[in-house]
Amino acid sequence: MRTAVLALADSRFPGGGHAHSGGVEEAITSGIVSSVDSLREFLRGRLGVAGSLQAVFAAAATHAASRGVTTGHWKRLDTELDARTPSAAQRESSRAQGGGTLRAGRSAWPSPALERLASARPRPHHPLVLGALAAAGGSAPRESAHAAAYLAVSGPSSGGVRLLGLDPMAVNAAVAALEPDIARTADEAARWAGADPAAFPTPGGPALDLLAEEHDRHHHEEGRLFAS
Amino acid sequence: MPPEHAHDHPHTHPVSFDPTAAGPDPHAPAPRRDRPLRLGIGGPVGSGKTALTAALCRTLGAELELAVVTNDIYTTEDADFLRSAAVLDESRIEAVRTGACPHTAVRDDITANLDAVERLTGRHPGLDLVVVESGGDNLTAVFSRGLADSQVFVVDVAGGDKVPRKGGPGVTTADLLVINKVDLAGRVGADMAVMVSDAHRVRGELPVVTQSLTEDPAASEVAGWVRAQLAPVGG
Repeated sequence: MRTAVLALADSRFPGGGHAHSGGVEEAITSGIVSSVDSLREFLRGRLGVAGSLQAVFAAAATHAASRGVTTGHWKRLDTELDARTPSAAQRESSRAQGGGTLRAGRSAWPSPALERLASARPRPHHPLVLGALAAAGGSAPRESAHAAAYLAVSGPSSGGVRLLGLDPMAVNAAVAALEPDIARTADEAARWAGADPAAFPTPGGPALDLLAEEHDRHHHEEGRLFAS
Repeated sequence: MPPEHAHDHPHTHPVSFDPTAAGPDPHAPAPRRDRPLRLGIGGPVGSGKTALTAALCRTLGAELELAVVTNDIYTTEDADFLRSAAVLDESRIEAVRTGACPHTAVRDDITANLDAVERLTGRHPGLDLVVVESGGDNLTAVFSRGLADSQVFVVDVAGGDKVPRKGGPGVTTADLLVINKVDLAGRVGADMAVMVSDAHRVRGELPVVTQSLTEDPAASEVAGWVRAQLAPVGG
């Protein structure tokens, strides 16, 4: 595994991810998540939906970057991910993290592919930036898919630590226990890396979409600590 | 920073390993090109950061193009305060959600704040000053130099007159330390002489301002310091 992928998956990476809970804050408010066990099951579900989708597009972005695809292809990838993200709040969260990761990653792993992606969309979706940066750092699609799958659960898990005061050792163990699921998600995603983006899988998770929209609405009414 | 220090370091600066040593940052600030000055205002909860921000907006708003980013834990709270005080137009305020980690948002991962600054400068291209007010935090919280060009740390007499002595990067390294609510000193039994002398001792040459916004709602002294920060380097 290359350093770029480790750094991109590190919570220390300054791409703005620390302010996103991926629905965990809203799940806690609504009582869906209230313990380490319920957090683990929420994360397992999140991995299967958001994690799978993000892993596929991260792998595709790494594949695309290493082949020097055109700006038009980057636009296509970004549009295909838009089409698979029905919640406007989730699209905004993905673009906020994508834009932040682009800013933070540009100085560490600059590449012509990254600039073509940035010219296609000023705030690309997060998995695309992640994949392009991983490629510039010498990584293969399977590795960026692995990082995307891991990030889909690691960041949100800290929402449970910060908002519920859950034991961080237990939460870390819950994330570690997802290893078989994370590995399977990354393996599956890597198989799509070179396929036509229109044919990519379309995992659907209405609960996550609704939580994201509720989170956005509640923020305007009473304030929320996380950006998603 | 004296003009003879505008160099690319052909020589070295002496390094002090004394942990109590303080003094101005020996390095020239990063050059600002066609962008507003970014002023960080940090300090513990309840020390008066938002009140100071509002006062600066009232005092400087007529002479400068300015905008504010707030990082309050319930992020809309400070923004609402600034709006309701009619200090700033809504389009000049951005509220950042910090993921329950206010110090992370201004120091370790400044992305959300940089995004907010970009939105403000996009909306108001002629801005001279963007005040970034951190969420209330502890004495170790400082702004990243990647976010704030200059920073003010606000403590208050009601928080205890031992605070300056305790030090911490906020108190010792901020470009300006403000000791706020001095009108309350007698009521809370705070010894101002001790506070001010401790502050100067831990801060070396760095400036300290004592103020009461009850007595001086314009925050005149801090506003004057901000004007000096905005003056061209060497001018």
